[in-house]
Amino acid sequence: MSMMTLQHRIEAANAQGRIALIPFITAGFPAPECFIRILRELDEGGADIIEIGVPFSDPVADGAVVEEASRTALTAGVSLEWILRQLASLKPGLKAGVTLMGYYNPFLQYGLNRLAQEAAAAGVQGLIVADLPLEESGALRAVLTPCGMDLIVLVGPNTSDERMRDYARIAAGYVYVVSVMGITGVRNGLAAEAAETVRRAQLAFSLPVALGFGIHSPGQTDAMPSPPHAVVFGSALLRHLAEGRTAKEFMNSWTQGGKA
Amino acid sequence: MRKGYFGDFGGQFVPELLMPPLRELEQACEAIFPSSEFQRDLAELLHNFAGRPTPLTRCDALSRELGFTLWLKREDLLHTGAHKMNNTLGQALLAKRMGKDNLLAETGAGQHGVATAAAAARLGMGCTIFMGAVDVERQAPNVTRMKLLGARVVPVTGGTRTLKDAINEALRAWISNQKITHYCFGTAAGPHPFPALVRDLQAVIGKETREQSLRQIGRLPDAVLACVGGGSNAIGMFHPFASDLDARAVRLIGIEAGGTGEPGCYHSAPLNLGRPGVLHGQLSMLLQTADGQIEPSHSVSAGLDYPGVGPEHAWLQSTGRAEYHIVTDSSALRAFALLSRKEGIIPALESSHALAWVLDNASAFVEGSQVVVNLSGRGDKDLGIASEHLTLLQGEGT
Repeated sequence: MSMMTLQHRIEAANAQGRIALIPFITAGFPAPECFIRILRELDEGGADIIEIGVPFSDPVADGAVVEEASRTALTAGVSLEWILRQLASLKPGLKAGVTLMGYYNPFLQYGLNRLAQEAAAAGVQGLIVADLPLEESGALRAVLTPCGMDLIVLVGPNTSDERMRDYARIAAGYVYVVSVMGITGVRNGLAAEAAETVRRAQLAFSLPVALGFGIHSPGQTDAMPSPPHAVVFGSALLRHLAEGRTAKEFMNSWTQGGKA
Repeated sequence: MRKGYFGDFGGQFVPELLMPPLRELEQACEAIFPSSEFQRDLAELLHNFAGRPTPLTRCDALSRELGFTLWLKREDLLHTGAHKMNNTLGQALLAKRMGKDNLLAETGAGQHGVATAAAAARLGMGCTIFMGAVDVERQAPNVTRMKLLGARVVPVTGGTRTLKDAINEALRAWISNQKITHYCFGTAAGPHPFPALVRDLQAVIGKETREQSLRQIGRLPDAVLACVGGGSNAIGMFHPFASDLDARAVRLIGIEAGGTGEPGCYHSAPLNLGRPGVLHGQLSMLLQTADGQIEPSHSVSAGLDYPGVGPEHAWLQSTGRAEYHIVTDSSALRAFALLSRKEGIIPALESSHALAWVLDNASAFVEGSQVVVNLSGRGDKDLGIASEHLTLLQGEGT
């Protein structure tokens, strides 16, 4: 079976008349033994792509929910090596695409070449690195591209059109639009600037646009004149899991209650 | 060299949302900072508000015992009691010129917080200080000083609740408030352009030392020493010597904090005991696990208690232009007591590390040598810790 690219996965969802769903889960939260079950539930529950958070001790782009989940996972012994081993052992593999999201230092210390080879072998199709802007991303892209993996670009409300065009030259997979001038975490409503940033990103990039940060329920993007091609939701899912509820339940609210 | 790098070290490893304010700051460093108007206003503040120049003091009693001449660059006499003011006045003035009326900053021991709050008060700016909840408790007098100076102090309860977590929280706050707020970073580290900006503001230490040496000694010193946490007082002292070919014979010696010195215990010596890694926007030497998670640091001096170090020090170490050694808590405490008793100066525990290395390694300097230690701060803030170790200190003093 040949794997669909990340870009095609989002385009396929859009072709069915729906916004692609990208849940984010910190690996090993709430406990390492739940990891595979949660991945399966997200996969069967309709995720198009699953973003797996690689925990880091000092996550400066994250709010309290993701930081706390990272700390829980690290205390339980979760590491990048463990995550890749778990993913490589999945039989059968997931229907959804898989990306890893994290901070640069754990990736760097793993060895960028080793990371690219082992992640590709484990079925990972893309990397999102929260603290690796355009200027610093050359070394990682150079090892990911030959392995068929995408380095997902992040842009936000204060990213100029000109800088978006600079990013467009190297972007692959999809574009991650940060909805607010802030960090991850559930917010009431969406900032007005989110719609404008999505619109600008859709003009600057020829790739699908995913909207994240502050997304917690279906329908949040309904009022947008040009909705994103995909939505990413993390903190809301982590909070749901922390309350002892299941990923399956959470996905149901998106696939059944959500706008088609 | 690549923009923003010192050899292999430096860079801008930050979320994309912080790139525009960093770019804006870079432009201000290029356009506003060198202007004669800015330099004139900064010099006026440093002279009439902060008390520059600070003296170069010869230690007569200790010099007699050591067999060479020991000098102290007296940053302890600068307003608010440490070299931090050189940096905060410069950044506050720059922020004002950039049209930003609010400062935010991290602080560990509270010295940078106090210096930022004082600069903000002087220039009529708003000020928010992030401080680890552990530090808020153990540095209570500095919290009061900051509040008196009009700052809002935000205790940080995430992570290890110390300096590195205060920096995380300050970076997060800067993302949300960048339009009207400047992040007044406290040391010569972090994402470009902070390492160069803070160094340029602290270089007044080394420039004055150079001139005072020529005047008071009649030549350049044989060695200059400074303690290294993030590394701003050290790079401020070293840079004017490192960038001057005529000064290439001057030994540059940086001292890291070794903590208790017991095997397996936490310390604050990334240059000696760490590996290259990325934290807080920079690639530099770093205390970390094999998996790249940041390790907690420890030092008796809160100002050195940080797992990273500025990228220019990592570069000076890699080229061999500067050397870096380790001094333990107990050695620093002995130097703290000795300087107080022999010379009538109570040094900060941070600066005591640099002094301790000279005292413990007197054989490293031949007779007649001229050795300058940067006394980066005064020790009033450390009296609580000193009284805990009073038995040890009195034993040493007699």
